[in-house]
Amino acid sequence: MLGRLSLSAIPFDVPILVGTFAGVAIIGVAVLGLITYFGKWGYLWKEWFTSVDHKRLAVMYIILALVALFRGFADAIMMRTQLALAYAGNPGYLPPHHYDQIFSAHGTIMIFFLAMAFMTGLFNFVVPLQIGARDVAFPFLNNLSFWMTAIAFILVNVSLFIGEFSQCGWLAYPPLSESQFSPGVGVDYYIWAIQLSGVGTLLTGVNFFVTIVKMRAPGMTWMKMPVFTWTAFCSSILIMVSFPVLTVAVALLGLDRYFGMHFFTNDGGGNQMMYLNLIWAWGHPEVYILVIPAFGVFSEVVPAFSQKPLFGYGTMVYATCAIMVLSFLVWVHHFFTMGAGPDVNAFFGIATMVISIPTGVKLFNWMFTMYKGRIQYHACMYWVIGFMVTFTIGGMTGVMMAIPGADFVLHNSLFLIAHFHNVIIGGVYFGYIAGMNFWFPKVMGFKMNESWGIRAFWFWFIGFYFAFVPLYVVGFQGMTRRLNHYDNPAWHPWLLVAEVGAVLILLGIVCQLTQLYVTIRDRNLPENQDVTGDPWNGRSLEWSTSSPPPPYNFAIVPHVHELDAFMHDKENGIDTRHAGGPYEAIHMPKNTAAGILVGGFSLVFGFAAVWYIWWLAAIGLIGVIGTVIARSANKDIDYYIPADEVARIENEHSRKLMAQAAE
Amino acid sequence: MSDIHTSSSGESHGSVTSYVIGFVLAVILTVLAFAVVATHSLSPSGTILALSVLALVQVLVHLHYFLHMGGGSEQRWNNMCFVFTVGFVAIFIIGTLFVMNNTAIHMMSR
Repeated sequence: MLGRLSLSAIPFDVPILVGTFAGVAIIGVAVLGLITYFGKWGYLWKEWFTSVDHKRLAVMYIILALVALFRGFADAIMMRTQLALAYAGNPGYLPPHHYDQIFSAHGTIMIFFLAMAFMTGLFNFVVPLQIGARDVAFPFLNNLSFWMTAIAFILVNVSLFIGEFSQCGWLAYPPLSESQFSPGVGVDYYIWAIQLSGVGTLLTGVNFFVTIVKMRAPGMTWMKMPVFTWTAFCSSILIMVSFPVLTVAVALLGLDRYFGMHFFTNDGGGNQMMYLNLIWAWGHPEVYILVIPAFGVFSEVVPAFSQKPLFGYGTMVYATCAIMVLSFLVWVHHFFTMGAGPDVNAFFGIATMVISIPTGVKLFNWMFTMYKGRIQYHACMYWVIGFMVTFTIGGMTGVMMAIPGADFVLHNSLFLIAHFHNVIIGGVYFGYIAGMNFWFPKVMGFKMNESWGIRAFWFWFIGFYFAFVPLYVVGFQGMTRRLNHYDNPAWHPWLLVAEVGAVLILLGIVCQLTQLYVTIRDRNLPENQDVTGDPWNGRSLEWSTSSPPPPYNFAIVPHVHELDAFMHDKENGIDTRHAGGPYEAIHMPKNTAAGILVGGFSLVFGFAAVWYIWWLAAIGLIGVIGTVIARSANKDIDYYIPADEVARIENEHSRKLMAQAAE
Repeated sequence: MSDIHTSSSGESHGSVTSYVIGFVLAVILTVLAFAVVATHSLSPSGTILALSVLALVQVLVHLHYFLHMGGGSEQRWNNMCFVFTVGFVAIFIIGTLFVMNNTAIHMMSR
């Protein structure tokens, strides 16, 4: 009846998990209770959960990403604490069975649910506004993508309290992840979480590709498109090309586990090397999927706070496209040690080094943009400058490891761990946080608190170096990744320093939370309000509409004359908004519960498939298919905002603008 | 949004007949592929060759009947995406053959 599921699957014997569960349960009950007490369920359902508005979805994506950050960081600091303790006979406080789940969950969560969700949140918010569109091309799919990502994250967290998570690292290499060596449910949780969130990500890629190709404002030719939109475009292409490879790789692993096939097994003709090849043919483009939009954020922030146009727009675009193509030619550098010959390794080593050229071009472009600019040291700029320093170091260690000979020494050592955290924290995370600080007033209508933002930056920046430079050192000394305990006295002091770094990063996260709290507390102070919709003297179209933008974004779709369309209009006295109209009724998509229903049924299906509860899996699958059919048959999916209503909203904003100008 | 959403760049979206033809062809090709394997009617290398040919024809059928690929000038975006996809898939397949073959030789796994 319940497949493999029984009461023994609940880890009552692990005090850390029982404590965590109690904490989560108390917070969860408190949140649900407060929502019920204030009677907000209807509001949440109508305005948020079923919303197809890209701006609302962006906010939900970023909240999801921040929750994932807390979970992923909790895993991180537990690992660092374990390694600070587990030395010379002391087993530490995490047994290997638990420790292995933690590092697997840390990697999975940070990449799929922090970084991907944050990136999609930024895409959702910025891309339609930047290209002068009223929504994305497929608003319902956008909602569905969000729920597929969200329920996959829930599935990962369910594994914390029911059963176990994968103990095979964030990419679940076979043969370890085959049922012979991992008979438990951990890898199955991993497989279904990846597959379900993969549906969401792939749909996001398709959605933004079509949006950018088809829905740009009149006059916005390719070379007049803002750089962030370019990066979103390249990232979407990479998603569409690479995520199917991940799906196939993980599906083949699933066939091995569920149906006893032999794709990657030791016997029966299986070849686990093929799994490495497949997973990294996705995995390497994936890191560029994440970092290219961060480059886009920097390309928006630096000109805004240097009060200059971006230096070398054309080279920036070509560099982005070059990185996009090259990112497909380097995947073998993740497994130089697998045993290919010097011709293969030399090809992929050189291709890897070549990628640093367009990336270097970008760095110089940002620096030349700052050169002789009137730089304002806003909190965003701190993250950008911190990125430039940190990412350069990470890039150089990356080029070091691109030398196959050097990689033979450093492969799977903590040097590698230090390297990729160096580029992912220093590049991706710093970039996304800069983007959040930059676009926050556009989303909410008030600015983020700066002093707490700068404090958060310093803790993250310094904490990063304390946490990861020691890992470079112990990596050189031969410490491999994923060790549970060790007895080398040379490593111990460095791992204590790394623990200090993790605590500093914790303080950075606390500062970020405080920043959010202070921002919301002080939102009504006049200096925090963003009345004009253009708080930073911005250059692209998103700053031409009000903050937060009306549901339809642009009452009259703007006409683009130049690159940096809004700046061009401001300099030439053109009213981008066409205030005063005449306005027309605006065609809008209706909210729908289909996304959350498909998500909910998928969660049921995933959970049931993990535990072999086949009747429940059938219900989940029928629910998904039934909802999709019902949604397809539904013709009542749109409505019009009447012209009077549009005029009322627009005139209200014009009145505020004039009052501001009169002051 | 109406003006943006209804704008079409003139691709053909097919008719019921073309979809039925495509579906029937796809089914025939699939059944043939299974039949070749199930009946052992060809030698092993002949089977692999037959499967490859059937797969290629299957791809062409899908492209023509379901993805509406054609040669018209209004098909520029369709064709560009297709060329791009073929390029990436080629990189991936040729790269995989290169890597896995080389590894197999060096690791003496066959």
